Amino acid sequence: MNTTQQKKLLEAFIEIIRKTSAELPKDVLEAVQRGHRAEEKGSRADYALGIIENNIGLAKAKSQPLCQDTGSILFYIHYPRKLDHSEIAKLARKGVIAATKKGYLRQNSVDSITGKNSGTNVGPGSPTLHLEPWAKDHFEIRLMLKGGGCENVGIQYSLPEGRIGAGRDLAGVKKCILDAAFQAQGKGCGPGILGVAIGGDRATGYLGSKEQFLRKLGDRNPDPLLAKLEDEALADANQLGIGPMGFGGKTTLMGVKVGALNRLPASYFVSVSYMCWAFRRQGAVVTSKGEIKKWLY
Amino acid sequence: MIQLNTPLTEESVRSLKVGDMVELSGIIFTGRDAVHKWLYDGNTPPMDFRGGVIYHCGPVMLKKGGRWISTAAGPTTSIREEPYQAAIIERLGLRAIIGKGGMGEKTRQACQKLGCVYLHAIGGAAQVLAEAIQEVQGVFGYEEFGSPEAIWQLKVERFPAVVTMDAHGNSLHKEIESASGRKLAEFQAQARK
Ligand code: SF4
Repeated sequence: MNTTQQKKLLEAFIEIIRKTSAELPKDVLEAVQRGHRAEEKGSRADYALGIIENNIGLAKAKSQPLCQDTGSILFYIHYPRKLDHSEIAKLARKGVIAATKKGYLRQNSVDSITGKNSGTNVGPGSPTLHLEPWAKDHFEIRLMLKGGGCENVGIQYSLPEGRIGAGRDLAGVKKCILDAAFQAQGKGCGPGILGVAIGGDRATGYLGSKEQFLRKLGDRNPDPLLAKLEDEALADANQLGIGPMGFGGKTTLMGVKVGALNRLPASYFVSVSYMCWAFRRQGAVVTSKGEIKKWLY
Repeated sequence: MIQLNTPLTEESVRSLKVGDMVELSGIIFTGRDAVHKWLYDGNTPPMDFRGGVIYHCGPVMLKKGGRWISTAAGPTTSIREEPYQAAIIERLGLRAIIGKGGMGEKTRQACQKLGCVYLHAIGGAAQVLAEAIQEVQGVFGYEEFGSPEAIWQLKVERFPAVVTMDAHGNSLHKEIESASGRKLAEFQAQARK
């Protein structure tokens, strides 16, 4: 990349971060509105969702972070394979530093041993970069900002699981999903979305569960068995009555997304990640010159 | 909607029950991990907390034209302060705690005994809650604790929240957890064919 390209790509990274932090994608916004309509007027759930909707409007209008916890910074990047991946990684990190300076991201990354805040959001493991080369001539850059409150209520099951009576089949997986929604109560800033991976190992399971968040909320799982599982788990979870913020109500979850990975015969993990209502994910098609061509969500 | 004004009286606090939707106006103080530890250790803050309110929040503050303004002020998870909270309510005479996620048994008992409530703010609503702040009136411990951990004295107007732990020993968190637990048990039993 020449310096003009680099400059442009850096700007694109900063703009993607800004938009992700300040604006909810359309599919999530619609899900929040749908949830709000479903709640009884004058109820606590109605009250909470009304405030959440106001907050979404205010953040967008002011171009300010939706939530002050701007979360773990997770990039998923496809890039033209003729480019050098280390150069792209460097620009992504620079983008994070610049976006932090501008206040799009809070100073949110702390050394686990000393407790010191780097002040830049850059350090070991931050941001997380998933970089994949492809044969196309442009980039697709996706970004997710995942808050700590909801990350803390993520949970991994190893089946069979005696406590909840979950065996190694889809009925067992569904039990895990409902149990995860129950365990979370309102603590993950619900109404949330569950990303679920069946199989994999402990690490790829959680990785896969987060990748489910890249799907649009309204999409249909191409695997009919998983599609059915998603529908049923969502419907049942919304009958638990936990509701927004755990105040009680009909909207406990706005979505359940499930994917499957191969596993070893000896293992059967179900990994569940919880995403809060402040579901910040965005993405853009970016030309090889570094121009944002189109938003993906 | 119930309107509350600081300083809160024991009577007004005792009249609240879990599930009440409230709007709070007056003075509140932020405090999170460092401050709770510090207060628990017996240190005394320079401001008067009697009838007061502590807000579990690490706000994002900006100095503009010599004045502080808050650009984001949502609640942080309260349960981290559970080991300290009851003693602090007692010593400082607090009447309300604002946060998210609820608190534990010790705090619930302290609320009941001493006349204090837990107000659940809307997690993530950083912008709405920053708008409720009319004025940043002062800060204590800025150097020592750093900006997010300092005690910020805030004047708020109609700060929205829900009472989830009242002064009668009730907890909405407990109620919802047991009701949803019963429903969950039904589903799990159905699936066990
Ligand atoms: S869980 Fe989400 S909405 Fe709640 S405080 Fe964290 S980032 Fe914000």
